[in-house]
Amino acid sequence: MATEAGAAETGHELVFHPMDQFIVKPLFGDGPVGLFTVTNVTLWMAITILATIALLVLGTSKRATVPTRTQSVAELCYGFVHKMTEDVAGKDALPYFPYIMTLFVFIVFSNFFGLIPGAFTTTSHIAVTAVLAMLVFLTVTLMGFFKHGLGFLGVFWISSAPLALRPVLALIEVISYFVRPVSHSIRLAGNMMAGHAVIKVFAAFAPMILISVGVGIVVTPLSILTIAAIYALEVLVAFIQAYVFTILTCVYLKDALHPHH
Amino acid sequence: MATETIAAAESGMSPLELEEAGKCIDAHGGAIGMPQLCVDWMGNQIFWLLVALVVIFFVLKRVALPRIAAILAERQGTITNDIAAAEDLRARAVEAEEAYNKALADARSDAQNIVAQTKAEIKAELDEAMAKADAEIAARSAEGEKKIAEIRANALESVKDVAKDTAEAIVAAMGGKADGKTIDAAVASRMKG
Repeated sequence: MATEAGAAETGHELVFHPMDQFIVKPLFGDGPVGLFTVTNVTLWMAITILATIALLVLGTSKRATVPTRTQSVAELCYGFVHKMTEDVAGKDALPYFPYIMTLFVFIVFSNFFGLIPGAFTTTSHIAVTAVLAMLVFLTVTLMGFFKHGLGFLGVFWISSAPLALRPVLALIEVISYFVRPVSHSIRLAGNMMAGHAVIKVFAAFAPMILISVGVGIVVTPLSILTIAAIYALEVLVAFIQAYVFTILTCVYLKDALHPHH
Repeated sequence: MATETIAAAESGMSPLELEEAGKCIDAHGGAIGMPQLCVDWMGNQIFWLLVALVVIFFVLKRVALPRIAAILAERQGTITNDIAAAEDLRARAVEAEEAYNKALADARSDAQNIVAQTKAEIKAELDEAMAKADAEIAARSAEGEKKIAEIRANALESVKDVAKDTAEAIVAAMGGKADGKTIDAAVASRMKG
């Protein structure tokens, strides 16, 4: 490292560990991470569950006609996802609303809790988002075939296109259909991981003033300001990615319910 | 990186070799490569994710969503009822206003009637009183005229008597003797002339 010479003199050095925040570790003890080990993943998912219960169950326990603040937020959340499901996927998608709501609530809470300094962001892991995306993909595909039989394949056959183009388009549609879970999952995990890693990189520059006052006087405030700016952006991203994941689920669901374009 | 170099030095492998060997963390507990790609941790994450999803799903489906749906439906019902009640009250207010205006108009026309009637009564009374007064005035003036005529007649008679007496006295003073008839005739002819 370039700073190692300076570090030797002052006892400080810049430490870059932007990916350490994504390490899965056991909560108790120091053993290996097995399938059922209670890890930081367990902790933050449990916090997500508790937050869900606090907002949507305890927050609405008064059943007030004139809502309290918490109940307002719970109703807003409900209305937001309910309207999205109805508008994007149609009225006949409403039986799947609890499932879509589950996805939204889980992702939005995980994203926001991940923004707490020192927290573990479960949705920054491809294993988590891939399972979420595969669940959507499998549900939608199986449900499509279950509802329409082979007619579901009509989703690939674009009847509004000229006949000569249809086989080509069908090939593209098939490819794009199978790429869906990949993009669906990597979009969320990638966004969360990138934002958090970038914040860590800038955070690593912040103690520059301890190494070199001359450089640090510029670099330290700049990196702190940048952290604040990226953090603000990440707050936005946390919500937008949950929204995007949910609305894409609705779009895929619509394709399965109405496969003919 | 410095830590990785140390780890590699301790284990005798480069970071790339460590990653290939399926290691996810180095000797200092730092991440090697992307922890997202560490296969060792995936099973654990997937297991806990499925647990979390199932718990959230049942909490939502059994408790939260039906409750919120009920609250929203109830609120919609309350709002609809309130709007209907407000509409009803508005209609009643309009009705009351109409009744008020009607009462006002009635009162006004009543008042006008009363004024007109009172005026007519007063006029009639006045006319009557005037007629009575006129009649009295006429009667009084007739009586007065009669009295004046009487007084005038009386005065003429007195003048005649005085004239006769004076004429008699004058004749007697002249040394004559006058009879009553001649004097009466003379006075009467003089009075005419």
